[in-house]
Amino acid sequence: MNKFIVSPSPHVHGGDSIERNMYGVLVALLPALLCSILFFGWGALYVTIAAVASTMFFEYIIQKYLLKQPVTIEDGSAIITGVLLAFNLPSTIPLWLVVLGALVAIGIGKMSFGGIGNNIFNPALVGRVFLLISFPVQMTTWPVPNGFETTDAVTAPTPLLLVKQALRTQKPFAEVFSPGEGGHSLLELGTGSGVGGSLGEISAFALLLGFAYLLLKRVITWHVPVSIFLTIALFSGILHWINPAYAGPLFHLLSGGVMLGAIFMATDYVTSPMSRRGMWIYGAGIGTLTIVIRNFGAYPEGVSFAILIMNAFTPLINRYCKPKRFA
Amino acid sequence: MLKTFTLGGIHPPDEKLSSGSAIVPLPLPEQVKIPLSQHIGVPALPLVKKGDRVKVGQLVGEAAGFISANVHSSVSGVVVNVEAVVDTSGYARPAVVIRVEGDEWDKSIGRQETPDRYLSAFSREEILTAVQAAGIVGMGGATFPTRVKLSPPAGSHPELLIINGVECEPFLTADHRLMIEKSRELLIGTRFLMKALGVEQAVIGIENNKPDAIAKTWEAVTKHTLGIKVCPLKVKYPQGGEKQLIQAITGRRVPSGALPISVGVVVHNVGTVYAVYEAITMHKPLIERVVTVTGKSLARPGNYLCRVGTPVACLIDAAGGLPGDTGKVISGGPMMGKALASTDVVVTKGTSGVLVIPENEARRKTARDCIRCAKCVRVCPMGLEPYLLMTLGEYQQVEKLERARVMDCIECGSCNFTCPAHRPLLDMIRLDKSRVGQVIKSRK
Repeated sequence: MNKFIVSPSPHVHGGDSIERNMYGVLVALLPALLCSILFFGWGALYVTIAAVASTMFFEYIIQKYLLKQPVTIEDGSAIITGVLLAFNLPSTIPLWLVVLGALVAIGIGKMSFGGIGNNIFNPALVGRVFLLISFPVQMTTWPVPNGFETTDAVTAPTPLLLVKQALRTQKPFAEVFSPGEGGHSLLELGTGSGVGGSLGEISAFALLLGFAYLLLKRVITWHVPVSIFLTIALFSGILHWINPAYAGPLFHLLSGGVMLGAIFMATDYVTSPMSRRGMWIYGAGIGTLTIVIRNFGAYPEGVSFAILIMNAFTPLINRYCKPKRFA
Repeated sequence: MLKTFTLGGIHPPDEKLSSGSAIVPLPLPEQVKIPLSQHIGVPALPLVKKGDRVKVGQLVGEAAGFISANVHSSVSGVVVNVEAVVDTSGYARPAVVIRVEGDEWDKSIGRQETPDRYLSAFSREEILTAVQAAGIVGMGGATFPTRVKLSPPAGSHPELLIINGVECEPFLTADHRLMIEKSRELLIGTRFLMKALGVEQAVIGIENNKPDAIAKTWEAVTKHTLGIKVCPLKVKYPQGGEKQLIQAITGRRVPSGALPISVGVVVHNVGTVYAVYEAITMHKPLIERVVTVTGKSLARPGNYLCRVGTPVACLIDAAGGLPGDTGKVISGGPMMGKALASTDVVVTKGTSGVLVIPENEARRKTARDCIRCAKCVRVCPMGLEPYLLMTLGEYQQVEKLERARVMDCIECGSCNFTCPAHRPLLDMIRLDKSRVGQVIKSRK
């Protein structure tokens, strides 16, 4: 007599898994990683490796010895946190700071809430913002992106620093940011070639390639990134139209961490809303806060803060933005 | 653009292994067990006792109320006992056990269509009486007594009859074969149902993974002016769900907690339509049905015309025998079917298929923590939040569950199918529904 397995329906599964999604994100991050190595040299790779090794190490230690629960570092989420943390750092940052940032990202950002699925804030951004506030000098010392050539040049201004400069002098932004004056063409902004900034954020095109891959593999939907892009374009467009000293929509979309943040960090499953309407609101919030901070805030860049603030609103958004019911 | 429903849905591999196999009659088993409760509602009352001789089509259980259905003997022979028998649900419930002797049919049953009467000559009352007498229930799996569905409550106005030929469950092909082999009979059955409901229009919904069924039905429909249309549908699970099918075809949405009649629509499955055809033209009760026997490990997946009460084991034998590596036997399809503890369980009026799954595909993976990817929300055809219903269930938040519309869940399983963390969402939601259902009942 056969013994059959009896369980409730459904009896089949689509084959999706946490790993498939997490490793999908990692594949989508590859083009940006290649670009960062190309532009910043091996330093970019060292920082990334240090970050990934640290996040995995800390998650392992905390799960195994502190929480005494099954170790799940193979699910890929700690690797993503590591890569994203690295992508938000200058390529010349001392490696001990990377390790410290990873400890904060995993320890405080993720594991203190109960690990994967339970954290309120994007762990990589928790690590990054901790470093930015605690070590502002090291975090804003941007190397000149000249690939594998070794030069003594240490710092380069990031395009976003010029936003406030234009506003202070009330010169049209296009004048301040002209390629001859230390600015860049839109093509340079798009590819990231020669542009200063965090190591993973500079090539908008490489990040958009990753976005296409994520959509193709159905890892994420387009709603959050598109909502962010549209809000940024609209808000900065209006400001620029009123006063040309404000930078225009294309500049804001292609510079700084908008692409990296909108595609890879705001779309973090755990910390973003569940319903379509919620995603639109969340994205609009991030876009608005980014432009507000960039133009009126103390920091040149606002994507990280914007995402963290909207992370905090996510439970509230989930409560009030229900999906469209059948009837 | 082909029509389909708008909210959610999934695309499981359709695995219709037996769509090319013609319906063949299954040899009579040695013994049948005919459950007295093969329908939603009150079990039928037994009319026979141990030792009685019965003929094919003889009434052995009488409907015990409005929401109930007659049960007939599917074989001729001797009643061995009336006893509790484990059925598809896993519970032991009363059934008439009959030892098969010969194949002697009740004289009142015609073995073919009545030739001496125009089919249009049947009156509404005659049709309703025949459906009631034949013990017909919804054969798509819900097994709701058909007579009840043909009696719309006072004040409602049926306008449209939808015939459900979607068969969106992977693997199953019983309805598909019926539409190919019995297209004329299905149209006659549809006309009877239209007359019973007093509607002028009917639409047969068929997914476009069954182009031969669409073509056959189309051909039959265009030969006559019957007020019947064929509506090909884009493949998407769970299109066979009543509310989804109505929305796909008419755009109308049945409100939460309401019946399809509230939007003027009544839906019947093609299997049911065929039973209605036989009941009226041949005076034949619902004693047999087409069952798909399938599975990737089976030697000969096929479609069998099978007497009610036949053990599932007989069907599996006909399909080449139970493979040694079998891990699960399912009554129905892989999405909504019920896993059986034994192949002694018998075919009932609602059994659309028997699916055999090998051991290595039969187990669920370990559930992990929810990563809040929102995929369950996106695939839910009712616009619910399965992840939330599961969490609220774990904390037994009955009121919040009710407000989150847990009772709207149609148990299609799309959330479980999709969940990357392999969470048993639907298991918990079923529990939620029974808890909330009790609270709602206690309020009355």
